[in-house]
Amino acid sequence: MASILDLAVRPSRRKLRIRPKQGWQPIDFREVWHYRELLWILAVRDIQVRYKQTVLGVMWALIQPFFQMVVFTLLFAKNGFSTDGVVAPVFYFSGLLPWLLFAGSLSAAGNSLINNQHLITKVYFPRLIIPTAAVITGLIDFAISFAFLIVLMAWYHVSPTRGALLLPIFILFALLCALAVGLWLSALNVRYRDVRYIIGFLVQFWFFITPVIYPSSIVTSHWKRALLGVNPMSGVVEGFRWSLYGRPTPGPMAAVSVVTILALFVGGLFYFRRIEKTFADVV
Amino acid sequence: MTDIAIDVRGLSKRYTIGTRRERHGTLRDSLAAAVRSIVRRDGKTARRSGQDFWALKDVSFQIGHEEIVGVIGRNGAGKSTLLKILSRITDPTTGEIDIEGRVGSLLEVGTGFHPELSGRENIFLNGAILGMSKREIHRRFEEIVAFAEIERFIDTPVKRYSSGMYVRLAFGVAAHLEPDILIVDEVLAVGDAAFQKKCLGKMSEVARHGRTILFVSHNMAAISALCSRSILLDKGAAVMDGPPSEVIAAYYLRLGEQCDDDSDLSKKARTGTHKAIFSSISVCASSKGKPVQVAETGCELRVDIFVEARDTLIESNVALTIYDATGYRLIDVNLNQKNEFLRLAPGETACVSFLIEELLLKPAMYTIGLWLGRDQIEETDHIERAAMLTIAPRTESQVHSVLFPGPYLCRFKSSISLVEPSLSQTSRALPLGSAS
Repeated sequence: MASILDLAVRPSRRKLRIRPKQGWQPIDFREVWHYRELLWILAVRDIQVRYKQTVLGVMWALIQPFFQMVVFTLLFAKNGFSTDGVVAPVFYFSGLLPWLLFAGSLSAAGNSLINNQHLITKVYFPRLIIPTAAVITGLIDFAISFAFLIVLMAWYHVSPTRGALLLPIFILFALLCALAVGLWLSALNVRYRDVRYIIGFLVQFWFFITPVIYPSSIVTSHWKRALLGVNPMSGVVEGFRWSLYGRPTPGPMAAVSVVTILALFVGGLFYFRRIEKTFADVV
Repeated sequence: MTDIAIDVRGLSKRYTIGTRRERHGTLRDSLAAAVRSIVRRDGKTARRSGQDFWALKDVSFQIGHEEIVGVIGRNGAGKSTLLKILSRITDPTTGEIDIEGRVGSLLEVGTGFHPELSGRENIFLNGAILGMSKREIHRRFEEIVAFAEIERFIDTPVKRYSSGMYVRLAFGVAAHLEPDILIVDEVLAVGDAAFQKKCLGKMSEVARHGRTILFVSHNMAAISALCSRSILLDKGAAVMDGPPSEVIAAYYLRLGEQCDDDSDLSKKARTGTHKAIFSSISVCASSKGKPVQVAETGCELRVDIFVEARDTLIESNVALTIYDATGYRLIDVNLNQKNEFLRLAPGETACVSFLIEELLLKPAMYTIGLWLGRDQIEETDHIERAAMLTIAPRTESQVHSVLFPGPYLCRFKSSISLVEPSLSQTSRALPLGSAS
């Protein structure tokens, strides 16, 4: 049946071997790259579904940080809480933005495998795509709020510094942090269903140990402030603020945060891959 | 590059069921169990207290390029597990599989469909999920919409579609996948008869284009029409691998063997006055011969029914009815049709025999029901499920295998003759042949 002509015309076929997997698995980046279109489509799907049949559409993204900023300004700043020398609304809003990006992406990633269980049991693609797509969807809301932040800064005459060029780096780290923790949580969530409730509680608690509604300068001792960096979002939020309007000056806290994020991310990748093979059986 | 598309060697899959640790555990329970096992001195842990269930046991086979293979077996035989492993959704416990070529898996129609999105958006979503690139989907978009016949509704949310439209759209996307190897799991079971016809037509078209197909189905007609080869799975093991007609016959034989011997009717569910009752039934596949559970299409079926009278029976009718799996009545033979009646005195037993000369039912499982009484006047005994009958395909002839569903064949004659155009006819095109 196969002639020389057949061999010439038909390109060589892809070969694949399926075997039982044991222990730690390498991360197959090439395969994830191969499925990049699916990553995009899943993210777009989540965004489309979220805003279909809504009246205000994407404006919902703005309402939460706006009202929180108003409440914090009236409740805290007016009562003497420090806002690190910058006008209160800008201080709170610029802290809330990266925080809400992180919190939203983390919740979405943590629940992503459970929410897509019908896909996991019926189709093959690298499962890493699912939490990654969930994390990306937060960027739309972020973009809307960011536009408002620019308006807010203009209104209060807070001018941006040259550090604003580094803004994308901090946004990226916020997403990376959400993905890192999200990988751990989503993998655990598949097996232990109470992780879903843990996520809510975790985010709430995390909010208070991150310098969103207070500046890290209220911690006076230097090494204690560096310790604050073990919470990876500390470095991200403060870095975001610094790149916007130049305060506070970056210190060892940022470095500690970056290291923590990278460690969590790499650890999360390996844990996720190790548990991946049980997903379809357990979910 | 070899000739083998799929090479399965020693494949086994084990599930652990019924563990003390629940399938969807809570962190709290696991932590508590871990603490408990540390504290306990005897060293036993709660983990492996569950039973092992082997969904697949040492399955091996090879499928060459451009072969079309059907996998059949009872529910729970391991068919879906096999397809899941081949589609990389779950991992094997032991064994190895080598696959050469791009795999497209169709384990469910409409995977990933979201009700809020429109038909157009879902085509792109579903296509991407199945592994098609955006460019491929664009290229095939018109064909998919035409196949699904939903041109007018392509931009309405899928939640507004009827179930028929939904299934047509889902299959439309899947049908235009172009993998080297296509793996399909019982998706042909959905939809109405017209849709099934379309799906089977598309499958055979795909087969003609030289793809390798591995599919699971309960539709034996489709298997024998499309496949060159069939594999029978039973309780996780591959018990037979060969031409579809033989494998399907073996499947029905096993089915028939597993049915209980139910010649004794005393315990069956029944209604009626019970002035007389059916005491036992015996089904033979020829006028002489042992009672059987399995008969062939076109066989001579003899049914002996024993009736015990407790009270006087006057002018009663005995009816034998054969139902299909959905309870639809297919065959009804009774004594009155032959102008015969049953009359019994109290305490007497009679044997009523029916001989069906050519049982033209297609391969499937059927139920035999019995009715005793006087038409319109009295129901003396009525057993809806008196016995099960399995019909297997006739092994010598392939004449009876057709693509379309339906239980009954018929004896018929056909002829072809040319028709002379007459002068009084208008310019209508006349058929070359006509059946009479």
